[in-house]
Amino acid sequence: MSALIDTKVSCYHCGLDCESDAITLGDKHFCCHGCKMVFEILDENNLCEYYSYEKNPGTSLRFVSEESYSYLEEPTVKHKVVSFDSPDFSSVQFYSPAIHCISCIWLLENLQRLSSGIIKSEVNFSRKQVVINFNPSVTSLAQVARLLASIGYAPAISLEGLTKPIMDRSLVVKLGIAGFCFGNIMLLSFPEYLGQDGSEAFLKTLFSYLNFALVVPVILYCGQDYFINAWNSFKQRQINIDVPIAVGLAALFLRSSYDIFSQTGPGYLDSLSGLVFFLLIGRWFQSKTYESLAFDRDYKSYFPLAVQRWAGQDWTPTIVYELNPGDQIKIRNMEVIPADSTLLSEEAFIDYSFVTGESKPVYAKQGDLIYAGGRMVGQPVEMSVQKKTSQSHLTGLWNRDVFQKDKESQYKKIIDRAARNFTWVVMGLALVTAVYWYWADATQMWLVLTSVLMVACPCALALAAPFTYGHMMRVFGRHGFYLKNADVIERLAKIDAVVFDKTGTVTHGASDVDFIGVLDDQELGWVRLLTSASSHPLSKLITRSIKTHSHLIINRFREIPGKGVEGTIAGHHMKVGSSAFTGFADTRLESSTRVFVSVDNEVRGYFRVTTATRAHVKELVVSLEKKCVALLSGDHATEENRMKELFGENATLKFNQSPHEKTDFISDLQKTGKQVLMLGDGLNDSGALKQSDVGIAVTDDTGIFTPACDAILQGDQLKKLNIFISLSQRATVVLKLAFGISFFYNIIALSFAVTGNLSPLVAAILMPISSVSVVGFSAIGINWIARDLKK
Amino acid sequence: MEIIILLISISLFVAVLFLGAFIWNMKSGQYDDTYGPSVRMLFDDKKKKE
Repeated sequence: MSALIDTKVSCYHCGLDCESDAITLGDKHFCCHGCKMVFEILDENNLCEYYSYEKNPGTSLRFVSEESYSYLEEPTVKHKVVSFDSPDFSSVQFYSPAIHCISCIWLLENLQRLSSGIIKSEVNFSRKQVVINFNPSVTSLAQVARLLASIGYAPAISLEGLTKPIMDRSLVVKLGIAGFCFGNIMLLSFPEYLGQDGSEAFLKTLFSYLNFALVVPVILYCGQDYFINAWNSFKQRQINIDVPIAVGLAALFLRSSYDIFSQTGPGYLDSLSGLVFFLLIGRWFQSKTYESLAFDRDYKSYFPLAVQRWAGQDWTPTIVYELNPGDQIKIRNMEVIPADSTLLSEEAFIDYSFVTGESKPVYAKQGDLIYAGGRMVGQPVEMSVQKKTSQSHLTGLWNRDVFQKDKESQYKKIIDRAARNFTWVVMGLALVTAVYWYWADATQMWLVLTSVLMVACPCALALAAPFTYGHMMRVFGRHGFYLKNADVIERLAKIDAVVFDKTGTVTHGASDVDFIGVLDDQELGWVRLLTSASSHPLSKLITRSIKTHSHLIINRFREIPGKGVEGTIAGHHMKVGSSAFTGFADTRLESSTRVFVSVDNEVRGYFRVTTATRAHVKELVVSLEKKCVALLSGDHATEENRMKELFGENATLKFNQSPHEKTDFISDLQKTGKQVLMLGDGLNDSGALKQSDVGIAVTDDTGIFTPACDAILQGDQLKKLNIFISLSQRATVVLKLAFGISFFYNIIALSFAVTGNLSPLVAAILMPISSVSVVGFSAIGINWIARDLKK
Repeated sequence: MEIIILLISISLFVAVLFLGAFIWNMKSGQYDDTYGPSVRMLFDDKKKKE
């Protein structure tokens, strides 16, 4: 007897669709035991208020073993992780990618109700961090980490993440001080604008000295970066935008000081402080990034912090960087192998999806070499380390030259090219003016020369790029495309070749399973019963695909690794597994993605497991037209035909590509003069992402691991990639128009300056108007071109 | 005349106080997380109910 149940219930905890009605508690349904367990923990401790702030606030639980985080007990590891430690008070800061809603904040700040050892916990939502103060004599660091993991907020701990610098607050402080000084100087300069008679000469002097006192912190503290940057670029014999700015600021300051102390005029201090204030606003606008996303992770943040090493008498946790060839290590289910090793146990299944992109676990037998980066599936195994972590096959990728270079420094930005030309023109003009005035009226020469340098200060020019690209970046962010910084837009605009990774990028994490053959509902239920008892990934996929349930009992259940599962249900002998195992005669195609079923030794058919292609990839490829160049896959060529159909005849399709080969392919393409965009998702694409001009990591969940890249793109937004590229091109046009506006104001101001008519009032009016109009233009321009995206 | 000097001294003094408060806020990290505090104040304090 079997029951046919079709349920469309969503999990009370995480909101996912429940696959069966088997897991319930009262009137609440759960998609898995993990979710139910979390609910029970919260229920027991009266923390169900968690569910009242957001609907289904939980995240589906990942694997947590009892021994996970035990390495945190090791003093050397512990010292690196905790920020403060004493016998009865410790403080630790964990990064937990699962933090996403109000309920998360509430629960994580009520941790003391779950464990008495926790004194206080506080969440920083924008950085997805939780700071926990606990009493180490009551609980331990490992227990705290396990507690977080048990309620679905597993902390991501890596040596890399520990040295993450705290946000630079000094820019905002500088901005505040500059704004304060700017406002007060304006106020004190106002009488000057309106004109005064001689009777108030004392006030006039007082105000100008007050102004001088206010401008000193602006030039020495707020504006110091411009002088430092200008000096650095000068030393490298380059001219960037900071050089004319520094010259302009210096000219303004020296000329104003001279005017004030010689009592010949009020100086241009209002213009100077306003200039610094606006420039800092531009820098602040540009520096705003996506704090909760990480763009610079390498293998270190993915590899475990420590593994169990045999220390002569027992297993002790050891930091992976201290592993040496010959060490014996123990790897448990779902742990990542930290270094190239040979297998000491009899057999193991390794999931290399992060190394090769191949999604099916690989079978290894005793003595086989297992590469670092693979993930153990199944029973714990022992291994002997062959190479140090940093020299292993995958991690060796990071020793290549490409990781030493900085993409930003190689690329000549539009703003720097404009600044260079601008500087030469201004210097030439200043020289001509100086020579002219030397013959016409030598006493005026210095005044006119400083005026020219002052108004040439390219404030509006310097604001154009941060605001144009900053707006574009925010628009992209609203559509699931997160850039590392605004400079990426410029490189994106020039892309003429696009390279795709297959697994995870073109194909989706989810799989399609369909059955080809003859099985009735009752028999399907039996198959499900068998596969649900197995932990093999293919079994899990099949279990999930079958909606029929059987509540019978399996007799003589046996799982044979690498072959399949068998058992007797209701008197029928069932086998699910490889063709040889089930006795399927045709062995010509031992395809990795076929699982055969036999009932009473009669083969009934097979399950075909195919990874689903992301929606709209075909449309994207069509819209990219000639840009689309290649598909690189670490997987073997079983899906070649399907991919050929998708990418058309002109695209290059390469299979069985190692991470090194992918990197080389990109650099070869660049040598032919192409600007390459790489789309990838795994550690194996890291080299290619770094080598490409723009590396984009495609992910379905921005909280999970993404390799080092220039941008992170949400999987469902992949179809818009071509729109993003063309918007970047249009943003560059907007930027150039903004440059035009800024030059226009510079010409007006220069015409005042070269004729010797630049009064402080003219400077004080022109400077803000030019800045505001450039900023306004770029905001309107970007919103205008981005209207396509809103559809 | 003197009153202007007095008023300006007072206004500058008050303004500097506010600037100082802003710098102190910034350095002590009060602007690091701008979302958390806005929802934290809405949580019911369970301890009082029990």
